[in-house]
Amino acid sequence: MRWSRPLTLAGLAVVPVLVLGLFFVLPVSGMLARGLWPHGSFEPGGVLEVLGRPRVHRVVWFTLWSASAGTLVSVLLGLPAAYALHRLDFRGRGAVRAALLVPFVLPTVVVGVAFRELLGEGGPLGFLGLDGSPVAIVAGLVFFNVSVVIRAVGAAWESLDPRPGEAAAALGARPVQVLRTVTLPALRPAIVSAASVVFLFCATAFGVVLTLGGLKYSSVETEIYLLTTNLLDLPAAAALSILQLVAVVSLLVVAGRLRAVPDPSVARAVARPRRPARGDRLVLATTALLLVLVAAPIATLVTGSLQVEGGWGLANYRALATNGTHQALLVPVTEALVTSLRTAVDATWMSLSMGLLVAVLVTRRSRTRTERRVRGALDGFFMLPLGVSAVTLGFGFLITLNHPPIDLRDSPLLVPIAQALVALPLVVRTIVPVLAGIDDRQRQAAASLGAGPLRALWTVDLPVVWKPLLAASGFAFAASLGEFGATSFLVRDEHPTVPVVIFRLLGHPGAMNYGMALAASVVLAATTAAVMFAVERLRVPSVGAF
Amino acid sequence: MSSSFRALAAKLAATLLLTVGASSCSAVGEKSADQTPSSDEVVLVTHDSFGLPKKLVRQFEAESGYTLVVHRSGDAGTLANKLVLTQGNPTGDVAFGVDNTFASRTLDADVFAPYAHSLPAGADDFALPGDDDQRLTPVDNGNVCVNVDDTWFADHDLAPPTSLDDLTDPAYEDLFVLPGAATSSTGMAFLLATVAAYGDAWPDYWADLMGNGAKLTAGWEDAYYVDFTQGGGKGERPIVLSYDSSPAFTVPKGSDTSNTSALLDTCFEQVEYAGVLEGAENVDGAEQLIDFLGSPEVQAALPESMYVFPVADGIDLPADWASYAVQPSDPYAVDPADIAAHRDDWLREWSDVTTR
Repeated sequence: MRWSRPLTLAGLAVVPVLVLGLFFVLPVSGMLARGLWPHGSFEPGGVLEVLGRPRVHRVVWFTLWSASAGTLVSVLLGLPAAYALHRLDFRGRGAVRAALLVPFVLPTVVVGVAFRELLGEGGPLGFLGLDGSPVAIVAGLVFFNVSVVIRAVGAAWESLDPRPGEAAAALGARPVQVLRTVTLPALRPAIVSAASVVFLFCATAFGVVLTLGGLKYSSVETEIYLLTTNLLDLPAAAALSILQLVAVVSLLVVAGRLRAVPDPSVARAVARPRRPARGDRLVLATTALLLVLVAAPIATLVTGSLQVEGGWGLANYRALATNGTHQALLVPVTEALVTSLRTAVDATWMSLSMGLLVAVLVTRRSRTRTERRVRGALDGFFMLPLGVSAVTLGFGFLITLNHPPIDLRDSPLLVPIAQALVALPLVVRTIVPVLAGIDDRQRQAAASLGAGPLRALWTVDLPVVWKPLLAASGFAFAASLGEFGATSFLVRDEHPTVPVVIFRLLGHPGAMNYGMALAASVVLAATTAAVMFAVERLRVPSVGAF
Repeated sequence: MSSSFRALAAKLAATLLLTVGASSCSAVGEKSADQTPSSDEVVLVTHDSFGLPKKLVRQFEAESGYTLVVHRSGDAGTLANKLVLTQGNPTGDVAFGVDNTFASRTLDADVFAPYAHSLPAGADDFALPGDDDQRLTPVDNGNVCVNVDDTWFADHDLAPPTSLDDLTDPAYEDLFVLPGAATSSTGMAFLLATVAAYGDAWPDYWADLMGNGAKLTAGWEDAYYVDFTQGGGKGERPIVLSYDSSPAFTVPKGSDTSNTSALLDTCFEQVEYAGVLEGAENVDGAEQLIDFLGSPEVQAALPESMYVFPVADGIDLPADWASYAVQPSDPYAVDPADIAAHRDDWLREWSDVTTR
């Protein structure tokens, strides 16, 4: 009996830890080792020398600065939208919710081009002079990440017990007071979770910084890319990777502290979304503004895709079933879309099953301090994939998974696995706050009434975790559809995904290839919105009503 | 309790159905057939821009008896570094796409095995200097050149620039857009052109160039499609860094002149090579593929499928190319060994000059 708890802990942990160990820790340490042992002997001096370079200081400072700004703006714009889209009930709510998630899956290359069409010298917003400025970079980061805040915080807001707030209001608290003293503290775990994920996304953003920064700015991520793919300066790349990992770990520790609330338990009374009232005007206006900000770059994509030689038309869309001008593609975009969807299905179930295990693992109440430490460490461990460059991982695969029985370098499975690893932190961070909010006494009550552990999971955990689980699966699916960095490195030629095809079209001159790339982006965006919309429909309102 | 329990069970059943339905379109388990490497395959490792018509691939497979498997990823630099990192235990049998700016690095790392190739007539001119035991076989060539929008200059009654020096002339202020050397192999080629042209004084040239309002982008596609006036977007800059073949793609329907032209005194020559990888499983297949890449059929298909010129003599170019894609007679060149030795320093200095 004494050993059953640690054994359960180990049993739950073994699969996800093994997967992450094989497909993440091994490849990344392989690359780090090449940098630290450049000529067969341990030479950490090179790493220290790199960290002393003035250029590296500039790069690190810019990364911190832009990621902080991106996170702050995402949270400020995302919170009102999360409220409007998850607590208010109005026409078209589902459509807006789905639409706001679209940017998240667009390949960065395409968003880069769309932003530049918008902000560039000849674009509609060219007069602002933002092209190539840090403001453009932050705008790009927000464009990508605001949906993370809306989703993650929205899911928590939805399952938040409205009664304490109502009680406070009945006792005379003004809405702002209720927000400050009741609602925000209760949402803190979800907000901190979302913000930490967004910060990591911003700090490791690659395409946005590269295309929107006009090369004047480099972040740690673009620097690692340059050092690895161009200069083959592996010691310097290793130095920056280690720096990145250290930063991620410290961020996770801080976030873990901030996330912890004295009593995370959420009482199970779920608010019904209500009609918007007069007091909601500000919130609705912010949401509308956000919608416009997100729609503008997408609108440039759509108009661009409809432009054909000498006017307007659907020729670019018809061409998606072909191989492009001058055989730019091996397979038509339509076929790539099928590959993308199938890969996304695989990546989704992989990340969901691993994510659920991890979430259950880290949220069970610990009996001893060691147990709590172990759970906390595991929690952080599964966030690490966010903090490592796709290039490092891609090259790492090549040099470590190269001996039988794990010569997986060309296995088609690598693509969904890599995408699942990218999506895993999102899944975990969406589910954990909700799971942590379940009062353990409910499980104890179920157990004392004779329910086994599975039955308790079924009747206590599942009804609450249902919605976040759907949100997480949508996230994972979307992240997989849009993933480009790791995918482009691992994908098999005969089975490219849509982002890879878009990139290829952009790189090939020819009258229609540019238009086709834009059309393919629109199709990808529409597909994502449709999937998200379907997931929304699946939500059953009666959940949790007992 | 029981009704809500039933509702939950129904939901779970729905999920189950959905999962089963979804897994039927899952990709796992179905592709295992082509996972096992077999001796009747030849695996080509190459970069993103590689492409051959299906007809030619089928022809190679029929003639050689091997199935051709192609692994493309990244640009020429990524490819070269990938090959260096997997030296001795390569992910394929043969590589195509290492160019003269990265070739020395792969030779220094013993990535390629010697192969006594028989070159088609004319290809000798493109052999890599310093490659004495024939590890690399030239396949195609092309030039990175500054391109101008002739219609724009005609509309503005301004004579287009013709030389590298002209680009720093205030008459052309804020008109030039180019991809950066650190992020684009096209940009790197232009940096090398300036190194060849100005020697040690190249940083001064770049300072003048940036001072004259040259705009840097991350990639070629960004410069050409977004900023160039003939790129199809709403670009505002009529001078762009592109290729000698680019004018063949800006001929309006029904016209017999191109809207753009390449400045032939600003070019840097790029040659792409193929080679048998050290440690290849299928050496015979690799050598046959290299011979095939030099065959008249493939050489003739290069312009249409990869936007590059053949290295062999006597190959008929497509009509548009023959009329509009003019090759420079004396492009700039830098010794590959020099590039290998100084690439890092040059790039670092370039980054400093351009972000000052």
